[in-house]
Amino acid sequence: MLLLALYVVPFAGVVSWSVTQPEIGFAQYWRILSGGDMTNVFLRTLRIAVISTTITVLVGYCLSYYWVMGSRLRQTILEVCIFIPFWISVLVRAFGWLIILRDNGMANSFLMAAHVITEPLGTGRNEFAVIVGMVHFMVPFSVFPMATVMRKIDRRILLAAHGLGADPATVFRKIFLPLSMPGVFAAFVMVLVFSVGFFVTPAILGGGRVVMVAEAVFVQMFQTTNWGLGAAMSVVLLLLIGAIVGLAYRLLGVRSFVG
Amino acid sequence: MFGRSRLGGALAYLAAAFLLLPLVAVIPVSFTAKRFLSLPDGEWSLRHYRALFEDGAWLSSIGTSFTIALVSSILATALATSFGLGLWLRRPRAGALFVGFALLPMVVPPVTSAIILYFLLARLGLLDTIAGLVIGHAIMTLPFAVIAMLSAFAKLDRSLEMAARNLGASTTQSIFLVVLPNLRTGILSAWFLAFILSWEESSVTLFTSGVQVITLPKLIWDNLRLNVDPVIAAISVVMVVVTTVVIITRALARHRLSTPQ
Repeated sequence: MLLLALYVVPFAGVVSWSVTQPEIGFAQYWRILSGGDMTNVFLRTLRIAVISTTITVLVGYCLSYYWVMGSRLRQTILEVCIFIPFWISVLVRAFGWLIILRDNGMANSFLMAAHVITEPLGTGRNEFAVIVGMVHFMVPFSVFPMATVMRKIDRRILLAAHGLGADPATVFRKIFLPLSMPGVFAAFVMVLVFSVGFFVTPAILGGGRVVMVAEAVFVQMFQTTNWGLGAAMSVVLLLLIGAIVGLAYRLLGVRSFVG
Repeated sequence: MFGRSRLGGALAYLAAAFLLLPLVAVIPVSFTAKRFLSLPDGEWSLRHYRALFEDGAWLSSIGTSFTIALVSSILATALATSFGLGLWLRRPRAGALFVGFALLPMVVPPVTSAIILYFLLARLGLLDTIAGLVIGHAIMTLPFAVIAMLSAFAKLDRSLEMAARNLGASTTQSIFLVVLPNLRTGILSAWFLAFILSWEESSVTLFTSGVQVITLPKLIWDNLRLNVDPVIAAISVVMVVVTTVVIITRALARHRLSTPQ
């Protein structure tokens, strides 16, 4: 109840801003949907979110499989590698990538020293950098739901298939992969929801050039003090996320993974 | 037999290396002797670590973050515990709905939450105050504390409480003398989670403070946006080292426990 008062009620206030600032009407929503600059921000956000979510889930799948199925030593090593970044501040992680990826950063100097390239690649402050940073942030989050589902897979089924003559690759493809799919979907939805609203990483690694919705809201609220537009954008963002979750709920019954 | 493929294992280690790469990359930069962000070319220096400990702005932001994290995590844990207790004792019919509400701040994008809290705190006149940030952080970390508490309650044996009541304990007595002590680990882990999350919380902080109250993430953020100072690398290294030590100790302890001698 307290949370309701502190969270849901002010939300109504924010919604009211979105239709009254600077004047009453739906002008702000029209601006978002009319195909202008703000529509582009939303489309760019969706594109980046889908790309980075896909990569995240692929990388995360690999990690979770060996975290769950690997030898004990391998499990411990991977566990440490997954948990260290998980507990470290998003700012520190974005900063690490900034050092590596900026135009005179480590990646470029290393490749130049190795004579792979002669001109620095444009890796800093663009979509590539944003996607790398986002994937890095999301991977540990994608591992947890997938690993939970993988742990529940009965090893005896795998052994039985093996006993019946299937080689490990076939066992993986025909049995393990389909059985682990619920975890993959859960991870995909969760990471997508996170990355659509992502703020810190794109703002730092995009350097104002790759503006995603969350950063645009920040700019509207505090730099151009266009409160109505900022509020309207965050309402649209919320609806978008609601739609993703709703769709996933319909298609897959996400409830079983969340609980 | 499964999980032993060479290629797959190599891919997994590659992915793990990718996770650690940016954390390792900050180390050399933090030792540069130059004023600006660069790799040390032959000259190593601790000046940026010294700056960290001598510059009042850094120390005070660490203090502010610590205070806010401490108070808000205790608040969030208390709320989550009473929430879990209510659900556990009463089992209301709309329980799922309540849980849904409690988890809202986790699903709603942080920026939208930040605007909502901005609106709330502006109304209360608490913008840019410690109290305002404590409220904001407590709300943002509440869902995580609630999840930790609910899983702790799920493991709790109902017959314990019934036995206490049978033996004549009042509701208050059974809650404080039987139920809560049995939830120690759950409460502790909920608190720890809330503390860490509040310590790192940046989105709400960026929207609702910044002039009078400056937390560590806020200071790092400003520094990253304006002039990137190698002090950031130094503070990053400190944070990475502390986290790594804690996690490796924990993993080693577990590894030793689960391997028969």
